[in-house]
Amino acid sequence: MNFQRGSKSKLLAKNWPLARRKKALQERACILRGIRQFFVGKGYLEVETPHRIPTPAPESHIEAIASGSWFLHTSPELCMKRLMAAGYDRIFQISRCWREKERGKLHLPEFTLLEWYRAGSDYRSSMEECEELIRFVATGIGLESEVIFRGFKIDLSEPWERVSVHEAFHRHARTSVKEALDRNLFDEIMIRDIEPNLGVRRPTFLFDYPAQRGALARLKQKDRTVAERFELYIGGLELANGFSELVDSEEQRIRFGLENETRRLLGKSIYSMPEKFLTELDEMPPSAGTALGADRLAMVFSNADTIDDVVAFTPEEL
Amino acid sequence: MYSASDLRKGLKVIIDGEPYIVTAFEFSKPGKGQALYRTKLRNMITGLSIDRTYREGETFEPASLEERAMQFLYKESDHYHFMDNETYEQIIISGESLGDGKDFLIDNLNVKVLLFGERAIGVELPNFVNLRVITTEPWVRGDTSKADFKPATLETGYVLRVPPFIEEGELITIDTRTGEFSKRVKE
Repeated sequence: MNFQRGSKSKLLAKNWPLARRKKALQERACILRGIRQFFVGKGYLEVETPHRIPTPAPESHIEAIASGSWFLHTSPELCMKRLMAAGYDRIFQISRCWREKERGKLHLPEFTLLEWYRAGSDYRSSMEECEELIRFVATGIGLESEVIFRGFKIDLSEPWERVSVHEAFHRHARTSVKEALDRNLFDEIMIRDIEPNLGVRRPTFLFDYPAQRGALARLKQKDRTVAERFELYIGGLELANGFSELVDSEEQRIRFGLENETRRLLGKSIYSMPEKFLTELDEMPPSAGTALGADRLAMVFSNADTIDDVVAFTPEEL
Repeated sequence: MYSASDLRKGLKVIIDGEPYIVTAFEFSKPGKGQALYRTKLRNMITGLSIDRTYREGETFEPASLEERAMQFLYKESDHYHFMDNETYEQIIISGESLGDGKDFLIDNLNVKVLLFGERAIGVELPNFVNLRVITTEPWVRGDTSKADFKPATLETGYVLRVPPFIEEGELITIDTRTGEFSKRVKE
């Protein structure tokens, strides 16, 4: 793919920061095309579900933006799982999502999420599919097996690294997950000691999270304190989150209740139970689902420092 | 009261009874985890910096500082001289207390000097200042091999990234809040 650079007159445009982003936006479009091509080629159905929903999934640390008496969705998870329950067994969606007060070098309150679900799959095969997808997209934009991001040369050829959360805490923070949770420092240790070390030579999957960090994930049969959940990191940047889906409505209701209890303790609003979702959840086959930040994938492939560099407009520019 | 989500570069807060200014700020949120606000804060009296990570829900008392309109006169080693626009009284602020602000101080610039009690502890700059480019590489027309940015050194010694079409000797506008290039000034 040949990207045309902006002409001289465009470089002198009044909105110069926007003119400058042209190459990154061309690359972004190419990445989105690649994603669609990958999933369509594997027999996935592209779906669109409503952005405006009556209630978001109750999760401790995800805040929805109100839209009238409803909410803008924080991810298409609930609606996509209802589709799975109704017999759509391979679906994907690229949609805008909204999260209140999330703004920083890696966050926008309105961002683009790729989410996909596959029946008969679990989190381990989701990791493999993630690898396949990103390699496919990389090839589509003319990359060989290596990507340069944040000063790291990252090898995309097989095999990618897989490290359990337990092992990562031991290796990079010299503490146990249990101790981090007991001292209420899990997130601080994660961003300070662990994340910067992940995916720096090749992409890394961090897997098997504490149960309380995966409200919609299936727990491991052998160890109920651990959720079958993974995150993908490239160059220290968190790109995707996936899990073996919890398809037991009774357990899901209890887990949502725990999340709401945490919300109450933090002084946050309580979200009502998504009843239609819970009613239909038992009909969902064992599946795996993954959400991948499309803006962040664009950051990796354009070697961008901030998410601002890969979107047409940030909220501050409107 | 400010809450953690109000934190941003330039915000002034009281910590342990002393005024601090946020000099670096990063929002972090590990997947499914809580929002964390990583900051670097400079003590506006001692000039010393600290790193602090805050959580959602934490609150801060704003540092209410008296502001006085003054003009920057000149710099003498690390001493920056200012003059009160009304009383013509002159004061000196150290480079340490000025922090990044000293990158944008040109003679006769009107600023607000911040006072904590009787002490001058910093300045509030206009959001935009015009500074002259002293050195930068020339722009080769039609050369598409170069990056979108090139480094340029300004009259204050400050180095920043500018678009390739900016030439030596040109006057440019800088956003003092971000330290970034804003536009070229037509003279």
